[in-house]
Amino acid sequence: MNFMDWYRADRLPTIFCVGCGNGTVINCALTAVSEVGWKREEVVFVSGIGCSSRAPGYIDADSLHTTHGRALAFATGIKLANPDLQLVVFTGDGDLAAIGGNHFIHACRRNVDMTVICMNNQIYGMTGGQGSPTTPRGALSTTTPYGAEEGTFDLTALSIAAGANFAARWTSYHVKELTNAIRAGLETPGFSFIEAAVQCPTGYGRRNRLREPEDMIEFFRTHSMLRQKYDRLLAEGKLVPPDTIVVGEFVRRDRPVLGGKK
Amino acid sequence: MRQIIEGSHAVAEAVRLSRPQVIAAYPITPQTHIVERLAEMVADGELNGEYITVESEFSALSACLGASAAGSRVYSATTSQGLALMFEVCFNVAGMRLPILMTIANRSLSAPLSIWNDQQDSISLRDSGWLQFYAEDNQEAMDLHFIAYRVMEDHRILLPAFVCFDGFILTHTYEPVDVPTQDEIDTYLPAFTPYQKLDAQNPLSFGMYATPEYYMEFRYMIDQAMQRSKDVIGKAGREFGEQFGRDYSSLVEEYRMEDAETAVVAMGSVCGTIKDSIDEMRKKGKRVGLLKIRTYRPFPIEEVKKSLQSASTVAVMDKNISLGSRGAVGLEVKDALFGSDISIYDYIVGLGGRDIRKKDVAAIVDLAEKGEGNLFYGLHEEVL
Ligand SMILES: Cc1ncc(C[n+]2csc(CCOP(=O)(O)OP(=O)(O)O)c2C)c(N)n1
Ligand code: SF4
Repeated sequence: MNFMDWYRADRLPTIFCVGCGNGTVINCALTAVSEVGWKREEVVFVSGIGCSSRAPGYIDADSLHTTHGRALAFATGIKLANPDLQLVVFTGDGDLAAIGGNHFIHACRRNVDMTVICMNNQIYGMTGGQGSPTTPRGALSTTTPYGAEEGTFDLTALSIAAGANFAARWTSYHVKELTNAIRAGLETPGFSFIEAAVQCPTGYGRRNRLREPEDMIEFFRTHSMLRQKYDRLLAEGKLVPPDTIVVGEFVRRDRPVLGGKK
Repeated sequence: MRQIIEGSHAVAEAVRLSRPQVIAAYPITPQTHIVERLAEMVADGELNGEYITVESEFSALSACLGASAAGSRVYSATTSQGLALMFEVCFNVAGMRLPILMTIANRSLSAPLSIWNDQQDSISLRDSGWLQFYAEDNQEAMDLHFIAYRVMEDHRILLPAFVCFDGFILTHTYEPVDVPTQDEIDTYLPAFTPYQKLDAQNPLSFGMYATPEYYMEFRYMIDQAMQRSKDVIGKAGREFGEQFGRDYSSLVEEYRMEDAETAVVAMGSVCGTIKDSIDEMRKKGKRVGLLKIRTYRPFPIEEVKKSLQSASTVAVMDKNISLGSRGAVGLEVKDALFGSDISIYDYIVGLGGRDIRKKDVAAIVDLAEKGEGNLFYGLHEEVL
């Protein structure tokens, strides 16, 4: 199957704004699912609420569109009831790390066998651009009109600290790398976490001098740094700009898994 | 001053004028414009309080509970799924007798997912011990905030309150609204004096364990406060009328009820449509009136009984459904009229944002007069 074969053609076009990064990530995920050869009958796509969480609605397979923040808890239930099913969860930074933060750390801790793809646009897109736990300090949102003041979560680091077997971060600019990382996540037993930085021109870019979709993609291109280089610079005591997006694979390990295939 | 503003912004103005010290809220459609405006007001120094950007509604109301127990005037706003997530905290707030005000931008509940209006969300919390006010338009929505604070913080009451107004229909509609001045509101609504608060010099514990010997008494006292609040709401509403010219001394509002044979009963914005429809029916010689319920909790059983006693037919329009039973307002109206020989019919309408037009109101009146009722009105039979 090609990634396009997974789409519900009658549901297109998506509700996403022009230039939204979510579509790119869905394409990457469906390409990865096609590459590992999963069949429609063995995959369930799960999501919470948000623009990112609309993804399963466009995919021609079983899906559960749940409540805001709870996708991982619902997905855990599916996996434990039928470990033969493959689970892919689409979520957003708000869905995963704000209202659903508790489920996130516990799903990582239990290392539940599923692949979680977080479209991190650093904002609550669907509700109109309020600050989220990944809105960078100083960034404008409708609830932080003079700049966010709180610290942010590093979602990938959080997943590793909490026990995920696989963790990687890429951006919507890195289509090939992101696809490969999702594929590696699908193939790794246990909790696989893939963080995809995406542009939300409507809720984030517009307010933060990245008005056009390509402005944000260009930002991803110029501000991403491979993890290996980042570690080396740090080891050499060099300064790394704070807005650097560190990309790459961060962990691949073999902790005991909950809900693995029988 | 009369301004043409969005319903959500009218509510935000009401909140600003009420001088809350702590606001905690989580965004959810269609409540977002209220809290975004409040965040802006706090950031701009127009509102001298703390705005906490929490990570969920559960945290929002929990933070509010803490702030209220510490002695502050507190505000939050939510709707639908957000309110559902607050369920546990709602009962705690009422049980600890903390006068927290929350605006509910009424919206239907999942699943299936819908962002559109009905009143299932707040109705589902009818047993939680929160006062519930329903506004017909944005002026009323604004005014009810001041009245609610007055009532809740009265030491004879000490209960939290929802001011409910219909999502999108009111929240996103621009209407002329008379916005009072700060001086006027400061006169009407004095600063909050907590009955008791967390104070290290005088240690207190909130929410402790109650054995079976005492638990019922706590519930009884909340119920008594609810009953007492009827008079307190009436007085606060009358005084509001004396100061601002808009009288809210009754818990209900009658429209052309004088000689009505058929009475429609409803809550919220649909009352505007019903009034227009009644005018049209009256022109055709039908004797129809409206009884609008403004406070669903406490339920104004005496006012309802008095207002409906001379009608022969009553049609209740419920934007909610207690699945397996009837609409929540219909049940209460039946209870109020128990023992009378008035025919009372309940109509489930407008769930999930289904529009209710003047002709629907007229059709419902016709159904009631024909003796057909207790049904979901306007179903698309072809998809069932
Ligand atoms: C309990 C509850 N609270 C709030 C909401 C409103 N809501 C819907 S989506 C959303 C945030 C979405 O942000 P994110 O998860 O980052 O996804 P995005 O839209 O940015 O892709 C919120 C707050 C809700 N649906 N349910
Ligand atoms: S609001 Fe942002 S995240 Fe949502 S569809 Fe538009 S661009 Fe995408």
